[in-house]
Amino acid sequence: MNNKFRFLPIATFLGFAFLYVPIIVLVVFSFNKSKLVTVWGGFSAHWYGELLQDPQILGAAWISLQIAFISASLALVLGTLAAFVLTRIGRFWFKPLLSGMTAAPLVMPEVITGLSLLLLFVAMEAMFGWPAGRGFTTIVIAHTTFCLAYVAVVVQSRLSDMDESIEEAARDLGAKPVRVFFDITLPTIAPALMSGWLLSFTLSLDDLVIASFVSGPGASTLPMVIFSKVRLGVSPEINALASLMIGVVALGVAIAAWQLLKSPQKSKA
Amino acid sequence: MTEAVVNSKPFQWTAKFLAKFGLSGRGLVIAVPTLWLLVFFLIPFIVVLKISFAEAMIARPPYSKLIEPTDSGFAINFSFLSYQYLVEDGLYLAAYGSSLRIAFFSTLFALLIGYPMAYFIARSSGQWRNILLMLVIMPFWTSFLLRVYAWIGILKGNGYINNLLLSLGIINEPLVMMQTDFAVYVGIVYTYLPFMILPLYANLVKLDGSLLEASSDLGAKPIMTFLTITLPLSLPGILAGCMLVFIPVVGEFVIPALLGGPDTNMIGRVLWDEFFRNRDWPTASAVAIIMLLVLVLPIMLLQKAQDGQNQDKSGI
Repeated sequence: MNNKFRFLPIATFLGFAFLYVPIIVLVVFSFNKSKLVTVWGGFSAHWYGELLQDPQILGAAWISLQIAFISASLALVLGTLAAFVLTRIGRFWFKPLLSGMTAAPLVMPEVITGLSLLLLFVAMEAMFGWPAGRGFTTIVIAHTTFCLAYVAVVVQSRLSDMDESIEEAARDLGAKPVRVFFDITLPTIAPALMSGWLLSFTLSLDDLVIASFVSGPGASTLPMVIFSKVRLGVSPEINALASLMIGVVALGVAIAAWQLLKSPQKSKA
Repeated sequence: MTEAVVNSKPFQWTAKFLAKFGLSGRGLVIAVPTLWLLVFFLIPFIVVLKISFAEAMIARPPYSKLIEPTDSGFAINFSFLSYQYLVEDGLYLAAYGSSLRIAFFSTLFALLIGYPMAYFIARSSGQWRNILLMLVIMPFWTSFLLRVYAWIGILKGNGYINNLLLSLGIINEPLVMMQTDFAVYVGIVYTYLPFMILPLYANLVKLDGSLLEASSDLGAKPIMTFLTITLPLSLPGILAGCMLVFIPVVGEFVIPALLGGPDTNMIGRVLWDEFFRNRDWPTASAVAIIMLLVLVLPIMLLQKAQDGQNQDKSGI
């Protein structure tokens, strides 16, 4: 018994160290003055300044943010619809197909998703003349498709946890299905919608493989620029960029955690 | 507010208009996501399958047409060249083999590291559990590419580990860790660990503590209790976690490209090079089709594991 109690905390601690030490090292060395990234040469925010003056990185970041915003919003609508259909609408003959298609993008290797979408876009262009060329639009479509699956999973679990009797009550009192959805269901699942949107946003912002396949000349996303720089070796500028992005996420998670800790007290009162 | 919209003239008109085409609100709600996924998820695979039977040629797009109009109608040119190529050139088979090997062992390592963590989190109390769980989820929200990148600085010849060990006098020459299979394993286990921990946690947290108490009251040693009760009951979680790691790792591209060496042959990388470097779309498609066939069984296992987890939920 004693033995077990020592083993578990130590194993857990080491596991978390494995997850977090690389991130911490990265953030610390982003403030390194030296151009030799791995040798400490004194504290400096120099590389952050360089980063903010790099038009290639800034341009790519702007494109990525736009793509992430549009994809996450489209994925939110489509994913919520899919989740609603799968949890609230009774049997129809292709329901297993829809269920499979919503779950499969989650585990599909990215190279396959990327290649298959590109080939589809090429075939569509040959047949219908749309999409003309590849770039912004095709990346948005690709990202919407795989983010949709994540939204569907998050919303589906919230919908199946939700007390259906409230919806039933509303229906019994004569509310139309549309009204039940907007007045009862939607407010109840709002937190899941929020996290689905945010998850989609970050996934889109982070995707390299799928975007590389379906992108065309002129539409380089941030991960594509990072990848081409990183392939040449470690760069202090990328360290600064990584630290900035990690900082934003840490802040977001802290705010979310604070809200979570606050809300149960509110509901009790 | 909603009522006003529902009862408004335009809304009613739209509903009537759609009903004319046999589309009720219900039908529309089903149709929209289904059509999107059909067009942008299912049909693309059919296109890949089709192009895998074409031949590469210098054209736009760079493959031959399967059905070509001729003077007397249509000519169908099915070519198995790409598949023949895959079988005859040992490189592809070796790449499939090493992808499966790397995916298998990194799944195993992730399970060995992740299980104690998931167990500890599931057994810890309220506040701590939430904090630890958040620490597991947080890496999901940080850039995957940048977290893999972080390991380059740690593992490379003049990286942090070598600098530390050299300055402590433990080693005299830098260890070669970058561009090896070792670096690829580290990168994969590091990246996919949360995918292992979360389903394991979801399963272990439901484990009825009284079963463990009963077992120890009846005199079983902790290891016996673990092997006869905890482990068998957590099998669906283990299966789900393992498949969530194994399936994407088989097709992984970024990690072998950044951390692996020239001899780290993973099939995702082969597909990428075939497509971007050789511009051989039919061969890339054939590589993808075979990869999908290899993954059918793991995907079915995952589906089964998740159905099992869901049934547990509804059973309670």
